[in-house]
Amino acid sequence: MHKFDVASRGKIWFIISLLIILPGFFCMGTRGFNFGIDFTGGTIIDLKFEQPVTVAQVRESLRPFGMDGSTIQLSGSDSEVESSQNVMIRTVDMEEAERKEVMAGIRSSVGDYQVMREEKVGAVIGSELILNAVEALVISWFLIILYVAYRFEWRFGVSAVLALIHDIIIVLAVFSFTQRQIDSSFVAAMLTIVGYSINDTIVIFDRIRENLKLHFRKGGDIYELVNRSIYQTLRRSLYTVFTVMFTTFALFFFGGETTKDFAFALLVGFAIGCYSSIFIASPLWIFLRNRSEKKKMPKAELVK
Amino acid sequence: MKKGLKQLRKDSLIKLIVCIVVIIGAFCAFVQPLAFSIRQGLDLQGGTHVVLEAEDTPEAPVNDDAMQRVVSIMEKRVNELGLTEPIIQREGERRVIIELPGIKDPDKAIQTIGKTAMLEFKDEEGNTVLTGTDLKDAQAATNQQNGQNVVNLEFTDEGATKFADLTLKNVGRTIAILLDGEVLTAPNVREPIMGGKAEITGQKTLEEAQQLAVLLRSGALPVKVNIIETRTVGPSLGQDSKDKSKFAFAVGIGAVLIFMLIFYRMSGFIADVALMAYTIMLLFLLKALDATLTLPGVAGIILSIGMAVDANVLIFEHFKEEFRLGKSLRLAMDAGFDRAFTTIFDSNITTIIAAAVLFFLGTGTIRGFAITLGLGVILSMFTAITLTQYMLKLLIASKLFEHPAAYGVYDFIFSGKDVKKGA
Repeated sequence: MHKFDVASRGKIWFIISLLIILPGFFCMGTRGFNFGIDFTGGTIIDLKFEQPVTVAQVRESLRPFGMDGSTIQLSGSDSEVESSQNVMIRTVDMEEAERKEVMAGIRSSVGDYQVMREEKVGAVIGSELILNAVEALVISWFLIILYVAYRFEWRFGVSAVLALIHDIIIVLAVFSFTQRQIDSSFVAAMLTIVGYSINDTIVIFDRIRENLKLHFRKGGDIYELVNRSIYQTLRRSLYTVFTVMFTTFALFFFGGETTKDFAFALLVGFAIGCYSSIFIASPLWIFLRNRSEKKKMPKAELVK
Repeated sequence: MKKGLKQLRKDSLIKLIVCIVVIIGAFCAFVQPLAFSIRQGLDLQGGTHVVLEAEDTPEAPVNDDAMQRVVSIMEKRVNELGLTEPIIQREGERRVIIELPGIKDPDKAIQTIGKTAMLEFKDEEGNTVLTGTDLKDAQAATNQQNGQNVVNLEFTDEGATKFADLTLKNVGRTIAILLDGEVLTAPNVREPIMGGKAEITGQKTLEEAQQLAVLLRSGALPVKVNIIETRTVGPSLGQDSKDKSKFAFAVGIGAVLIFMLIFYRMSGFIADVALMAYTIMLLFLLKALDATLTLPGVAGIILSIGMAVDANVLIFEHFKEEFRLGKSLRLAMDAGFDRAFTTIFDSNITTIIAAAVLFFLGTGTIRGFAITLGLGVILSMFTAITLTQYMLKLLIASKLFEHPAAYGVYDFIFSGKDVKKGA
């Protein structure tokens, strides 16, 4: 218990997070994100050919339409091989008639296929979805701060929301770094992370609040109190992140291609959410509290 | 007195067993049929999703009335496709979402929907005499006498007058019926048609006649409408996703159940039973709310099970703490619940706030997600506070297991420095 010290080493944790966040921002600025067609607009065609085909074959069949610059991927379980039955083509936003021509062209020059998936998106909807979600999120942050200020005190609310923003930034950084695709289900994943992270933080804060009420006298060691609170809730923090991770791992490994990026976002988010509740949110709260204590101090001296 | 106590133990035991058997039984019997009875999104069952957006033009600005007419015209067109459960929904100010589950020929459907259907009747000089609004009805039929496939037209009063005028002036010549500037058919006028009813002959098959009738009937859209998004998921991919998420669901929930059993023993078993009740209730509520289950939705449910454990973990941890302070199992349980309650309440309310904001401000997918998240949190809170508590009290009252280890108060990983042995 004596060795268990998170609270007084706030600076270390902040620096560690900054070491992820700053390169993360750099990465977002330079490499950007791999946005799916939900955001960029475009067409995705997933085909299953009767015979295995190669990328070159498909590319050749797209040349007459000026689309040989499209992204063409062989998918399915054996994605490393040269030819496969499953092919995914990602290209520009096409008109209905144009798309039909292209599809017919592929059929005649490459071979017969079955359509697995076909998506065409004008660019508008995805960005609206993001704006909509961001707007809703920011409003929910204010409400959360208000609620926590009412039930606890405002510093808890601010720390919890800052920890939350920390989590979101890191997940974004990881997605920029790995260049995994961001589509509309990524927004859903972010919202889940928000729900989890805030919940996880409040449980620790609740314990700090309880200990403050029960055991804390003015002038006591706030670091020791926070350490004790974190330690007392540590088992719960870990168990809960375990169970959530179990289910997310199941999704990641068995849920199929379509939910893989979604599950990946969640895995990163839950891990970071659990980390930030312990290592970021509580030290942040101490930091905020110390600041306002210091402000009060000179006043007290003046009265003397 | 002693007999009374014994009776109490027996009663508790019976109640507990009934609870457990009913819940596990209901879980095993209903999970699958219930999950499959919830309407599935197109990503799971296969089908086509189309988003239309109306565009302002100088002649026809988009307004509420126009959008309502667009929706009803789309309903008509989609109904012609003969699908079992299509959805036509207005979203926001100027969008219409159309979902066509299990459609065989998506291309044709998209074409039927996307027709802007500017219907015109023109004379040989190319003057437009009638438009789609003049036409009341168009039906395909097979003429009983000569076996020809025809389309019967019926005009509105105003249309009838115009049509009479048109045919009167053009006997022996052809008139053209155009849809979006494309000639659908150019019938010969044999005689003036005065009664407001006409027949177009010369369709090769009845199907062809029907197709023409649909196009005529759907008439003119009041505003310019563009297809801005189409998504088609083939039936085999849908089935594949369904199988995979089913498997992921089984593995995920299985892992959670085993985890709880290992770490909390009998308490964990009770939590597992409560978790099964939670799953059933969540599915039932989704069904009752007529929600649509999409792939991210399924992922959300699987996750919510992982999260639902949290309330139980909180209760058990407080229970352990109280027990280590030297309280009896029963008193420790009561105190544990009391203390855990505020924690569960405050931590979940913040999540519910987030879900509520998303629900009221979000659209489409975000909204659906907010419902699953909010419902999941409320339900998990409810089951933990009521069901877990009820069953645990029965378990302790039944005195089936007296040794504290059965409640998982000793730890594996935190081989406790501050663990006091219970009496």
